[in-house]
Amino acid sequence: MASTTITPTRMVLNQLKGRLKTARRGHKLLKDKRDELMRQFMDVVKQNKVLRIRVEEGLTQAFAAMQVASSIMSPEMLEQALLYPRQSVELGMDFKNIMSVNVPLYHFTTKNNDPSEIYPYGFAQTSGELDDALDKLARVFEDMLELAQVEKTMQLLAEEIEKTRRRVNALEYVMIPELEGNIKYISMKLEENENATKVRLLKVKEMVLQDAHHYKQ
Amino acid sequence: MGFKALGLETFAVESESEALAALRKLTRESDDYAIIYIEENLASALEHEIARYKDNPTPAIILIPGREGSLGLGQSALRAAVERAVGTNILGD
Repeated sequence: MASTTITPTRMVLNQLKGRLKTARRGHKLLKDKRDELMRQFMDVVKQNKVLRIRVEEGLTQAFAAMQVASSIMSPEMLEQALLYPRQSVELGMDFKNIMSVNVPLYHFTTKNNDPSEIYPYGFAQTSGELDDALDKLARVFEDMLELAQVEKTMQLLAEEIEKTRRRVNALEYVMIPELEGNIKYISMKLEENENATKVRLLKVKEMVLQDAHHYKQ
Repeated sequence: MGFKALGLETFAVESESEALAALRKLTRESDDYAIIYIEENLASALEHEIARYKDNPTPAIILIPGREGSLGLGQSALRAAVERAVGTNILGD
């Protein structure tokens, strides 16, 4: 492992100890972040699931109604009726911060506040079915907008969770064990040096004593 | 067609390559569009383009069922996101 490349000194040992402490704290924080993100994510997923089903059902109904309308009216008439919209939608966007993930918040404003403005045609030449279809579409549109917001939030959160999870795992299974291994290696090496020094001192003392007093065992 | 009456901008396409061109135009050449709804039956051809914008805050590309009804692609996107985050499918479907 990397322990072969480190120099076994007290300074490095202290540095490594500091890094281990930081890594442990970072690991704990990231783990908390991951858990909280996951909790939020599950909420969003549930919301998304409900909304998606609602939108798909609503749209299917709206399209079916449109089909009915187009079978009653001639295609030219239908096209003419819808050719120029009277309503227009402005979409505004803000960002909301969920655990440092910026997720979009949409709010739309329609140019004309009158809800009947979705019908861009005179009622004389069109069938009631078309009104019905547009009405359904208008209602499902609000859900669609919310779906867009929730789905984007979900995707962004998923990305962030994936990133955080990788970091947590890297710290837990690579960084921290490696640091611990290195610390162990250094402290053992230092102990070994200490023992060697002690033995050498004993030996020297013996030699000095022998020189001074011709002391022999 | 009906969305136009609601005040949305619609882009009618006739082929997959046209759809790709239209989507590229909307995403690359302007920042004016925050949400793009695409019918599911076109989405399989546009997968790569859609995946590029998955991690960007804008635009949100949302699949909606086409005239033929839902193909389940929207739900599979949801499942994919869960799988990505959790590592496994925990929704049980």
